[in-house]
Amino acid sequence: MDLRPKLAVFKFASCDGCQLSLLDCEDELLALAASIEIANFAEASSAVIEGPYDLALVEGSITTPHDADRILEVRRQSRVLVTIGACATAGGIQALRNFGSVEEYTRIVYAKPSYISTLATSTPIADHVKVDYELRGCPVNKHQLLEVISAFLNHRAPRVAAHSVCVECKARGITCVMVARGEPCLGPVTHAGCGALCPAYDRPCFGCYGPKELANPAALGEWARTALGADAATVRRQFQTFNAWAEPFRTEGRRDD
Amino acid sequence: MTERRRIKVDYLARVEGEGALDVTIDGGQVTDVRLKIFEPPRFFEALLRGRHFTEAPDITARICGICPVAYQMSAIHALESACGVTVEGPLRTLRRLLYCGEWIESHALHVYMLHAPDFLGVHNVVEIARSQPAIVERGLRLKKAGNAIVALLGGREVHPINVKVGGFYRLPSKAQLRTLREQLAVAREDALATVAWVAGFDFPDFHRDYELVALRHPAEYPFNEGRIVSSRGLDIGQSEYHDHFEEHQVEHSTALHCRLRGRGHYHVGPLARFVLNHDRLRPLAREAAASAGLVTDCRNPFMSIVVRAVEMVQAIDEAIAIIDVVELPAAPAVAVEPRAGTGLAATEAPRGLLHHTYRISADGLIEHAQIVPPTSQNQATIEDDLRAFIAPRTGLPDDDLQWQCEQAVRNYDPCISCSTHFLDLRVTRR
Repeated sequence: MDLRPKLAVFKFASCDGCQLSLLDCEDELLALAASIEIANFAEASSAVIEGPYDLALVEGSITTPHDADRILEVRRQSRVLVTIGACATAGGIQALRNFGSVEEYTRIVYAKPSYISTLATSTPIADHVKVDYELRGCPVNKHQLLEVISAFLNHRAPRVAAHSVCVECKARGITCVMVARGEPCLGPVTHAGCGALCPAYDRPCFGCYGPKELANPAALGEWARTALGADAATVRRQFQTFNAWAEPFRTEGRRDD
Repeated sequence: MTERRRIKVDYLARVEGEGALDVTIDGGQVTDVRLKIFEPPRFFEALLRGRHFTEAPDITARICGICPVAYQMSAIHALESACGVTVEGPLRTLRRLLYCGEWIESHALHVYMLHAPDFLGVHNVVEIARSQPAIVERGLRLKKAGNAIVALLGGREVHPINVKVGGFYRLPSKAQLRTLREQLAVAREDALATVAWVAGFDFPDFHRDYELVALRHPAEYPFNEGRIVSSRGLDIGQSEYHDHFEEHQVEHSTALHCRLRGRGHYHVGPLARFVLNHDRLRPLAREAAASAGLVTDCRNPFMSIVVRAVEMVQAIDEAIAIIDVVELPAAPAVAVEPRAGTGLAATEAPRGLLHHTYRISADGLIEHAQIVPPTSQNQATIEDDLRAFIAPRTGLPDDDLQWQCEQAVRNYDPCISCSTHFLDLRVTRR
């Protein structure tokens, strides 16, 4: 009998990039597959082993009535449920519909909107079921993903830093793009995890990892508009990307509406 | 007595995204084939409206985690065209290098992890590793080499952050580029071994009279530029795309189907690129194709796995050549000022032609966006393939038939996340 813990990977509305991050662990993949049983991972295997599962990784947001039902069944089948990426933890870029009208969106894309079954909103998994851990990022950091898998399989808390991108940026000794170049940057309010990637490539952070705890985007937005002279629409758009529906980005993205 | 059989695959595995297959056979005749795509709509073309044109590469990357570079490349070329800017010289060459990286990682993923298990009669790559670990390690090395290029030039493997309308945000140093060279030299040998490996697979005797469509460039195997040509004489500029191609919605798919006006379904992807551009392959890739027994007018979609392996040789060999000779430009990007206008561009994503159209305002806001991904274009052709493939094989037991049908779908490396919900229906336009 196979005594290895059973891993399942489920996809909802998403780009597949976060689950691909698991397959991008080229150096660790075979070792991982030896220590756990990959029981249900449609992108990687045509064999499905029935649940329950010890660990479920869930990618994507809830955008259809069918998916709203399916996540309940995934939860029932999963001892530990971890959401991975901005779609699953915040609703993703597709949550921009939440600020407008999904009927209009459907009409823009489809000639026969009546064929399309969709909800008015794109919402994170935690709005629908209890989630044991949320790993942020668009996409997730694959090293953090391995850490989270190891942690849950070993019944310990994941070691994932909760500070801001600014802290990572300072630790790398990167020149501050906001101070040195006067460009509005989301680093002070964005959750760490990317390693301050954009500042390292000479561009401001655009918030892939979503709001950090106790972020103050109102103050940052005010600074961008006044001290840096950015126009209100630009600042609003900066908060309205992959984590637009996550508070407090949601409120800041609506300012001046 | 007539017998009614139904082959149903409720959730296609080893593809990117959510799809299903439903085949009905009535009295030995195939009466219905549906590649059902139920991937939920994400409405990119709607949410792009009102965004600044400089945001398009970051936003459209999120359409697909496997080929984000393709989306970024089509987006920046279309937007540069709208703004009247052409990016040339070493910046153009470095974009080509980045695209090489994506082809390598995407093709390695598909060849080793998604498609080879079909030919070997197993469910996944982990099962291959049990009996042939060295082969799987070779595939992982290849994938890692492709990802190393994307990570250096793009910042990270999935959703790169360094692609900009006009060029890049930051250039790599010559020393950083040279660090890739040793890894790529090993990868080139691995890719040649991959060609020999997949050439030894058993291929069903199955040939289709496709109209093949791909880009064609005067001197290069196509990535970012070229005219849109077909095996039946189509030869048009990228801006003429909508005059010749159209999309239509079917009830069983959230991805729109595509056809050539007045001509019908067509086939995009590695097989089309190879047949239409084999004379543009680098000598090493051309020799690899010949040694694999790949004929230059190949129409067997199951052989696409061999073409992908040949294209890995091509992309790695080209990447090495670029690293050896490229001179870094003085600035990471050229300035691009918005102006009111429309821009269209197609590039060759790993899965085939990817066309973007944008209309922007004088202040640089996107007013209209239309994106035609390769899997949308291939959907109807995949259904046609299945009809033709099943007809002489209706005597097979259900399990065998289902296995082979799934394999036939995976010939296309369908990216369902990409293909869903893109296209404006334009049938009524003219």
